[in-house]
Amino acid sequence: MMLPGFPDAMPLQGLAGGLMIGLSAAIMLLALGRIAGVSGLAARATGISAGGAPRSVAIAFIIGLPLGALLVSTMLGGVATTFPTSPWPLLIGGLLVGFGTRLGSGCNSGHGVCGMSRLSPRSIFATAMFMASGFATVALLRVGGWL
Amino acid sequence: MAVKQTAIALAAGLIFGAGLAVSGMADPQRVQAFLDLFGAWDPTLAFVMGGAMIPMAIAWVVQRRMAAPVAASRFDLPGTNRIDPRLAIGALVFGAGWGIGGLCPGPAIADLAIAPAPAAMFIAAMLAGMAVHRFAIR
Repeated sequence: MMLPGFPDAMPLQGLAGGLMIGLSAAIMLLALGRIAGVSGLAARATGISAGGAPRSVAIAFIIGLPLGALLVSTMLGGVATTFPTSPWPLLIGGLLVGFGTRLGSGCNSGHGVCGMSRLSPRSIFATAMFMASGFATVALLRVGGWL
Repeated sequence: MAVKQTAIALAAGLIFGAGLAVSGMADPQRVQAFLDLFGAWDPTLAFVMGGAMIPMAIAWVVQRRMAAPVAASRFDLPGTNRIDPRLAIGALVFGAGWGIGGLCPGPAIADLAIAPAPAAMFIAAMLAGMAVHRFAIR
């Protein structure tokens, strides 16, 4: 389905994928009693963080992510991705994402999906901050001619 | 209990990763296009967020009526509601990295199956950033 005015947007795929992400987070909450926060689970799985979910739970969830993507990619005959051609955006972006998610206790999944749906003021605040920061950063990249 | 929990977590991760791939969020360029208000803005990410809110909002209502989770002894949820400089600065730093790379932790890890080399590069840097926090802060 096309969204008028936005030729590149995929509203139905976005909605369908979002429902799956929400379902996954709901399973983590209702079955395991935990927040599906990917940054926290990644830190736990790699041993960078000592607290939180049992390590086997964290590792299993993290392994599941690429398996799910692989399944969809196989079924659809590929999933389109365009990565930055220079390594620098990946390295600098990765460093900031890693540090920032630990300092701010979460990312899009933990604060954005799980926290906001719980109406947690802390998560709503964090999501507003990282959204604003993301908008400002990309605007600066555009002004600087890097986009 | 541990085996059952691990299996449930694997299934949840798989559904999450599949959702990222279906929604277009595995594509850093699409995510960056959502953040690019002055370019060819792509609102897809807003639909993903909206879609994810629906099951989760229901899950929180159900959770309030449950004494314990289905496959664990108790709910282990963040209790704090403190809004402090740490939260603000962390979120701002995360947002900057998200904008620069077009990737946050979930899509980056899911992308190991789709574009392994750049995904691994981002993840290595992300883990380094997490380690810096671990050893530099407190």
